[in-house]
Amino acid sequence: MTVVVRTITRILLPISLVFGGYVIMHGHLTPGGGFQGGAVAASGLAMVVVAFGASRLAGRKGLLSSLESLGGVAFAALGFLGLGLTFFANVLAGAGGLFGNSVPYGPNPGDLNTAGTLPLMNWAVGFKVLAGLGAVVLLFALFGENHDR
Amino acid sequence: MTLWAAMLTMALVMVVIASVLAVVLRDLLAAALALGAQGLLLSLAFYLLQAPDVAIAQAGVGAALTTAIFLLAIWKTRRKEEE
Repeated sequence: MTVVVRTITRILLPISLVFGGYVIMHGHLTPGGGFQGGAVAASGLAMVVVAFGASRLAGRKGLLSSLESLGGVAFAALGFLGLGLTFFANVLAGAGGLFGNSVPYGPNPGDLNTAGTLPLMNWAVGFKVLAGLGAVVLLFALFGENHDR
Repeated sequence: MTLWAAMLTMALVMVVIASVLAVVLRDLLAAALALGAQGLLLSLAFYLLQAPDVAIAQAGVGAALTTAIFLLAIWKTRRKEEE
């Protein structure tokens, strides 16, 4: 692509990745969550594929594939973590420690350190969606001949 | 007419205009960009309808990812539509 598109992509890629991480991280407090944040971050990845060509990223297919598998396994493992009560029981909520604060009463800006396993599941889903959608775009761009335009 | 209703009406009218453009344009690159604009305006309409969750998903998937996939598909085939 032209130098305009490449420069805009260099500027917008960190913004897109950081905003995707923000949407995932505040998934249990604000609108958004794992899928939305992962889609926002994957749009940055798609921008890189369109602007710089897929041949430069061809070696990262294995990384994306393993990251997607890791996200799925982490989500299932977090579900099995509550198997003492029921499947997907939220054992970390209200227990202190990691994401274990109790939710404050009344109108409040929200405490990030609450909700138990839900933020961890948001991260798992976010990485899975980021790697999955990124791998879809990357493999679609790599299909056929590999000319860089 | 309140400001909210005016903005929602304008967004929906522009969604219809962008959709019609995406259908009738013969240049496939311009049609793909019109489809991306339609997704972005639709996410604005979702935001005005108090559904920011759907709006973020629509902006990420509908406006960015499908446009990227259509651009890559156009580069791999040809740009002009033929009869």
